[in-house]
Amino acid sequence: MSDARSEILSRVRDALADVDPAALPVESPPGAAPTDVLTRFAERVADYRAEVVRCSPDEVAARVADSLVEGSRVVVPPGLDVDVANAFVDEGLSAAELDRVDAVVTACRLGIAETGTIVLDHEADQGRRAITLVPDRHICVVRAEQVVADVPDAMPRLDPGRPLTWISGPSATSDIELERVEGVHGPRTLIVVLVDGNQSTSTSVGDRDGS
Amino acid sequence: MTARGAVVHWARDAADANRVIVDVARTHAVDEVVKVKSMVTQEIDLNGALADAGIAAWETDLAELIVQLGDDLPSHILVPAIHRNRAEIREIFLRRMHEVGRPAPTELTDEPVVLAAAAREHLREKFLRARMAVSGANFAVADTGTLVVVESEGNGRMCLTLPEVLVSVVGIEKVVPTFAELDSLLRLLPRSSTGERMNPYTSMWTGVTPGDGPQEVHVVLLDNGRTRALADEVGRQALRCIRCSACLNVCPVYERVGGHAYGSVYPGPIGAILNPLLKGTGDPQTDSLPYASSLCGACFEVCPVRIDIPEVLVHLRTQVVDARRDDSVPKPEAVAMRAAGYAFGNARRLRWAERVSGLAGRALTRFGRSRLPGGRAAAGRLPGPGAAWTGARDLPAPPRESFRAWWRRTKGGRVDE
Amino acid sequence: MRVALMATCVNDAMFPETPKAVLRLLRRLGIDVDFPEAQTCCGQPMVNTGYLDEAVPAVRTYVDAFAGYDAIVTPSGSCAGSARHQHTLVARRSGDPALERAVEQTSPRTYELSEFLVDVVGVADVGAYFPHRVTYHPTCHSLRMLGVGDRPYQLLRAVRGLTLVDLPAASECCGFGGTFAMKNADTSVAMGADKARHVRDTSAEVLVAGDNSCLMHIGGLLSRERSGVRVMHLAEILAQTEDEPAVRI
Repeated sequence: MSDARSEILSRVRDALADVDPAALPVESPPGAAPTDVLTRFAERVADYRAEVVRCSPDEVAARVADSLVEGSRVVVPPGLDVDVANAFVDEGLSAAELDRVDAVVTACRLGIAETGTIVLDHEADQGRRAITLVPDRHICVVRAEQVVADVPDAMPRLDPGRPLTWISGPSATSDIELERVEGVHGPRTLIVVLVDGNQSTSTSVGDRDGS
Repeated sequence: MTARGAVVHWARDAADANRVIVDVARTHAVDEVVKVKSMVTQEIDLNGALADAGIAAWETDLAELIVQLGDDLPSHILVPAIHRNRAEIREIFLRRMHEVGRPAPTELTDEPVVLAAAAREHLREKFLRARMAVSGANFAVADTGTLVVVESEGNGRMCLTLPEVLVSVVGIEKVVPTFAELDSLLRLLPRSSTGERMNPYTSMWTGVTPGDGPQEVHVVLLDNGRTRALADEVGRQALRCIRCSACLNVCPVYERVGGHAYGSVYPGPIGAILNPLLKGTGDPQTDSLPYASSLCGACFEVCPVRIDIPEVLVHLRTQVVDARRDDSVPKPEAVAMRAAGYAFGNARRLRWAERVSGLAGRALTRFGRSRLPGGRAAAGRLPGPGAAWTGARDLPAPPRESFRAWWRRTKGGRVDE
Repeated sequence: MRVALMATCVNDAMFPETPKAVLRLLRRLGIDVDFPEAQTCCGQPMVNTGYLDEAVPAVRTYVDAFAGYDAIVTPSGSCAGSARHQHTLVARRSGDPALERAVEQTSPRTYELSEFLVDVVGVADVGAYFPHRVTYHPTCHSLRMLGVGDRPYQLLRAVRGLTLVDLPAASECCGFGGTFAMKNADTSVAMGADKARHVRDTSAEVLVAGDNSCLMHIGGLLSRERSGVRVMHLAEILAQTEDEPAVRI
């Protein structure tokens, strides 16, 4: 196919003969700059029908345990630094095996407040892409210092060499009569455990004032 | 991408691209592939090419699944099954799912949540089993070799993660220079397409990641008319399109005629310019597309990447007309336009034409004898091409005296009225 | 300031009361307006149908007729849009650099009526009187090509006796679209029928707009539907005073 390559590239050059190539990258507009980034993050994640649990560092294990259904099968990535009782570590489970797992607990690379997004780069504390995809419940631990204000703040902190998964709420579709249905193929329940100095609180849709 | 372990293929056209994908499938002896919703694979009719090679292609986006099971065509860029209601979808699922895999549950209702759950069960079997996936890409990044897929349901993640082999077909216009430049696009696309701050899932990958996801990754860089569009200095802006579908959603013509009327995978205002730009003029259906617009400009107003669609439409109309300038028998429209051009070339000729129209006006009112609200005489129903107007709309009869005749007679209204 | 009236071919031949109203209105405001008789058409019907060569003679008569005027006023958003945004294209096609230069002079001096009144003359209250219930349709080219914004509303709100009611889905196209109205008549009529329904829903006596072509289309439907709603150009409303109610309804 090398001849197709040179043919296409020469067509591109001919087509652009009249154009002065703009060498400078297109600058993107500034993002949002909320005063309280963590609160904005918690609000926006909850806005997408995910549950947000805020807690202090010493409460993480307990809050994660609360987020799991009693007796369910839980997988964790090999590098997770949270104790999850009765969980087993992913050592290359097949897709079929993962399909029999109920929940997964991971860390993340960062959180984006404005868009309510968590970004995974699938390092050892987050595991392979498949483990956060096939099980129906995903508990993601986000540390306060990982949360940035908006997308422009996130881009320079991401390594494009890694696979990246941006998650904004549970999977959803509006394909039938434009009526939104949450939970299609990805995990139908997403619980974000946000770790900062504050005491344990919970935000979820319908319970915004419950804190 | 090559440095990161991906195999890059170049495809001049649909046939090139389909050949690559069929070859990859044959190498791995697969008889089925799972697919992420992708406009470009519809553009090249990959499913048809795979079927010819005895390979089943399973669409995994819910709407694409509905379209595929219904032996139907997509009618919208973002929600391809928008033309189907819940009862039809239930019927399609019950009738067809068992023929191609896990049957729909017999107690299936027409609740969207129940239908979505049926699709989840039906497709999960295919995701877990599939050894090869085919995707498109929303963006490709030149400096890092990264591909990006933006989606909502998670079917994209399934296809991009679980199979051993992944082939991604990427139009060459999808390439952005740097990773940092994804920023504004990732913010624009969900806001303009679904109105969300961010879509549920965005996947980015760069070649092969050892131990994670497909271990064989192919990328097909597709031209298929894109360099033709690029060579058109007015039309090339259409290649900026990020397929958000905002223009469809505001287009009054799309709203009335629906997506199928455009006869292409790219419907609506963007389709009306993209199809002729990719294919060139000459085909009657393609040539009609630039005229499928009242030039109201609502599309340009909402376009997040500022494609001046009305400007390109008018430009393409000129191309359609120019391609037929040497016809031995010109269309009646061309004759009329030449006549108008002649009359407008000189005020004296126009005055004469208006005198004729004033006389015609007097004649026309005799047929009609009706009056418009406000009292002005209406012309009767016109024969011939004029019937296109008077079939549903009254037409005021031409006045006895044109403005310029009045101006001349009254010296600009200063002599007498 | 030398001001010229561009009547537009449609108004000249079909709606002469509109340019007459512009004359009355501007003279009342103390502006002397000329009507250069060499004018014909802005060329838009040809350009928008794809016949660029056929538009060249029209653009030539335009620049010849209006050379030397400080402002060219037209009671049509669409024709003003054509002069401002399409004449350069036609001139370039003609291959005549003199025509291109001439277009550079006339294009930016062309104003749609409401722009001229509000921006150039600097008035919103033109002393008009029109004691009726009115709704306004912002035509697409006024709205999106020229960006006249709220200028027509400013003018209408200042008219004594006038009750201005909001038109639902006002910014949606009426479906006229020049030759679109004939080439895709069914779609055009479907769009127009929705527009007419919105107009009827307002219970207005009069639908007003800045383009007679769109009004001919919507008015044609309103008339066929026996709605009783009449259509009037903005100029004809602004031209009326208590002493001179030129048009009675």
